[in-house]
Amino acid sequence: MATAAVSPAYPVVKEHPTTGLWSWLTTVDHKRIGVLYLFTSLAMFAIGGLEAVIMRAQLMGPNGKVVSAEVFNMLFTMHGTTMIFLVVMPMSAAFFNFLIPLQIGARDVAFPRLNAFSYWVYLFGALFINASWLFGSAPNGGWFGYTPLTTMTYSPGLNIDFWMLGLQILGVSSLAAAFNFITTIINMRAPGMSLMRMPIFTWMAFVVQFLLVLAFPVITIALVFLQFDRFFGTTFYLPSAGADPLLWQHLFWIFGHPEVYILILPAFGLVSEILPTFSRKPLFGYPVMVYSGILIAFLGFGVWAHHMFAVGMGPIADSIFSVATMLIAIPTGVKIFNWIFTMWGGNLRFTTAMKFGITLVALFTIGGISGVMHASPPADLQQTDTYFIVAHFHYVLVAGSLMGLWGGIYYYFPKITGRMLSEKIGTWHFWITFVGVNLTFMPMHWSGLYGMPRRVYTYPADQGWDVFNAMSTWGAYLQALAGFIFAYNIFKSMRSGAIAGRDPWGAPSLEWSIPSPPPDYNFAVIPQVTSRYPLWDVKSPALTADVPHSKRGDERIDVDVASKHAGHVHAHTNPGSPQGASNPGATQTSFETVKTARELGIPMPNPTIRPLFVALFMTLMFASLLLIHEGKTMLSVALIITFAAGMTSMLYSWLLTPLEDHH
Amino acid sequence: MSAPAVPMQAHPPTSTGLDHRKVAIWAFIGSECMLFVSLISTYLIYKGRSVTGPFPHEWWCSSTKAMGFCAGESATHVVNSMRPILNIPVTSASTFVLLMSSLTMVLALAAVENRGKPGYAGRLLGNAGFWILATAILGATFLGFQAYEFTSFVHEGLTIRKNLFGSSFFTLTGFHGAHVSAGVLWLMTLYFIDKKRGLGPKDSLLVDICALYWHFVDVVWIAIFTLVYLIK
Repeated sequence: MATAAVSPAYPVVKEHPTTGLWSWLTTVDHKRIGVLYLFTSLAMFAIGGLEAVIMRAQLMGPNGKVVSAEVFNMLFTMHGTTMIFLVVMPMSAAFFNFLIPLQIGARDVAFPRLNAFSYWVYLFGALFINASWLFGSAPNGGWFGYTPLTTMTYSPGLNIDFWMLGLQILGVSSLAAAFNFITTIINMRAPGMSLMRMPIFTWMAFVVQFLLVLAFPVITIALVFLQFDRFFGTTFYLPSAGADPLLWQHLFWIFGHPEVYILILPAFGLVSEILPTFSRKPLFGYPVMVYSGILIAFLGFGVWAHHMFAVGMGPIADSIFSVATMLIAIPTGVKIFNWIFTMWGGNLRFTTAMKFGITLVALFTIGGISGVMHASPPADLQQTDTYFIVAHFHYVLVAGSLMGLWGGIYYYFPKITGRMLSEKIGTWHFWITFVGVNLTFMPMHWSGLYGMPRRVYTYPADQGWDVFNAMSTWGAYLQALAGFIFAYNIFKSMRSGAIAGRDPWGAPSLEWSIPSPPPDYNFAVIPQVTSRYPLWDVKSPALTADVPHSKRGDERIDVDVASKHAGHVHAHTNPGSPQGASNPGATQTSFETVKTARELGIPMPNPTIRPLFVALFMTLMFASLLLIHEGKTMLSVALIITFAAGMTSMLYSWLLTPLEDHH
Repeated sequence: MSAPAVPMQAHPPTSTGLDHRKVAIWAFIGSECMLFVSLISTYLIYKGRSVTGPFPHEWWCSSTKAMGFCAGESATHVVNSMRPILNIPVTSASTFVLLMSSLTMVLALAAVENRGKPGYAGRLLGNAGFWILATAILGATFLGFQAYEFTSFVHEGLTIRKNLFGSSFFTLTGFHGAHVSAGVLWLMTLYFIDKKRGLGPKDSLLVDICALYWHFVDVVWIAIFTLVYLIK
């Protein structure tokens, strides 16, 4: 065993390159994988947004001629699929990746290579599903792909095959990531980080992983049935063979409703980080926020059939699902009130992140209330399949999830890149987004209540829908403008934004105690956690005086390294000023110099290309199935066997290679 | 390597004291539960909904390829030629084989954990490779039974395309069979690792997580055997 000069107890560790394409392809660092997730999902947001803008251009006035009905079907299907599976979920995953280890005081996730695998599967799945555009056969059966419309009889083309195989691939990514994060949160918390001291974002992420683990297998099976029906001629969704026409709907929504909470809870978590920091108050009712998150997830599994009131399940089922759905409004309402009470009496700072956070609280409530409206079956029968529903879920997902994610990006960009996003451009981004979102989706409530159905590619002039549709379209254009401003802000600030320093906002949790951007090992010394708000304990103890589950900040833990006294844990957390080590756009002019893992003797996992190849072979294996519908069954089988062999050998090579050099 | 203070360790002890892989395999098993729950529920929902035969628990006439009765033939001939499509005696045997594989799996884990200890060293009980291989062979035997069952069904006219029963039965048991196959592959990998360098107490986790998976697949089969084969 070799020894290093710095610390005799540790071996020499290799320095891994951190620049160049190869370093990105082989990275197993959770932070870099988080960055890959973030930028891929932003690119996908541009594609999904473009699809939305084309649809709005088509619907701007009656008898639109921009696209044909066939293309319109593809647009709304791909818009929904993209925004849900390729934008909001992976953008949440970007934050899970980047933040969970930092917030719990860990050096990486539990399985760094599995983490890289999750990302590459996501990327290849996204490319696969979007490759359908090149063949002119993009999915066209709606994002929920109801059978029997999606069976061979009614959808003979490759469109549905791309959709169904794409979702299978993406499911693998989500499940692998979920196992990883569950293990990370359960097992890798720093000493003293009890569950009730975890930052609330990590808590919501934890809940979401359980939703993923329990919900995704159900859609996997629903898709397997569809796959078998389409490729092998089984009869799962064939009503003439006696099949239940509602089987798909039940299986899909048993997945689909928890999916709604998979999309919103990460944003709730981000907002619960943003509001306390910019109110300079601990989160109001932290335990209740945790419990309500768990309760939302639990109830979320018992309400799926409220998506199916219109199919006629009978009064008993309708009543039960209606009541269960209304129940979810209680824990959600609790969260809304807790956010308001967090801000109440606080020392508010209206940064861009804070504006987006407050917007989530305000606008999500509108979407939540319209949700309670169609939790009632008689109301739902009037509203179902109209633009009222479109208005509802866009208020929840755009004015909810996306506002939270944008706020999260403004809040965490300094930690990720070491530079601040421009607040000046951010203000423009925020206000144009705010006006655009409301101008797009608010009028849809009216067009829906005046009877405009969803998914129609055009409409006649005499329906009284013209003005609402024109408003929605102008709103969509404004949102597109906001998107360009956001992209410009990111592009510009990455090069010339103000240097952030460790803690630009004066935030309470562990991730702000380390340099920005964090070194690959995250924490030079694994922190000893004595509190829910460790940084505030040191900087502004008065703020956390009444927080339970915390020791007072003066109880320092001495740290010994190789039998030598190395200082206090709190010294490591670098107090800075109560408003943060540096204020936005202010003092610092250069990045702090950070010791490398090699200098500190911290062994880091070796970079590896293997997860990428396992993901690639797996995607190609799924893609080969498409050839069956081109009449090339033998070629398809041969390719599947080849790619399966490639995947398995690469997997063995991965599993038999140690994560890091022996020491 | 000397043991430094906790905060500077490259890999601090886990919060629960459990290995990461053990926590992850439990999360994975939780997910697999939902997978099989979806498959089994679909089978049960579709039970009795098939429009055409063969049906699971009715009598199948091999002479006329008709279901339920053999029209126009003598009563004796009917009785002789009719048998249930789900073969409970044969499946009981394969179920027994799979259950025994769980026993050998337990013995394999014990052999690895206690390698070299008195009462194990030099005895069959301490031969990890033997028990791992025995588990794999029993698993493969179960797969052999399943292959026999599938082929005989196809000969009797029940294919995955034939009706709802065929679709849901073959998909459910096929998924389970695929899980057993993956388990056999996993066991053979462990067997070769044992041949190469010998699995000892420090490797017990490798065997432990495989055993958890194997027992889970076994438990799922008990559910399938009860719900699909035994309950009419």
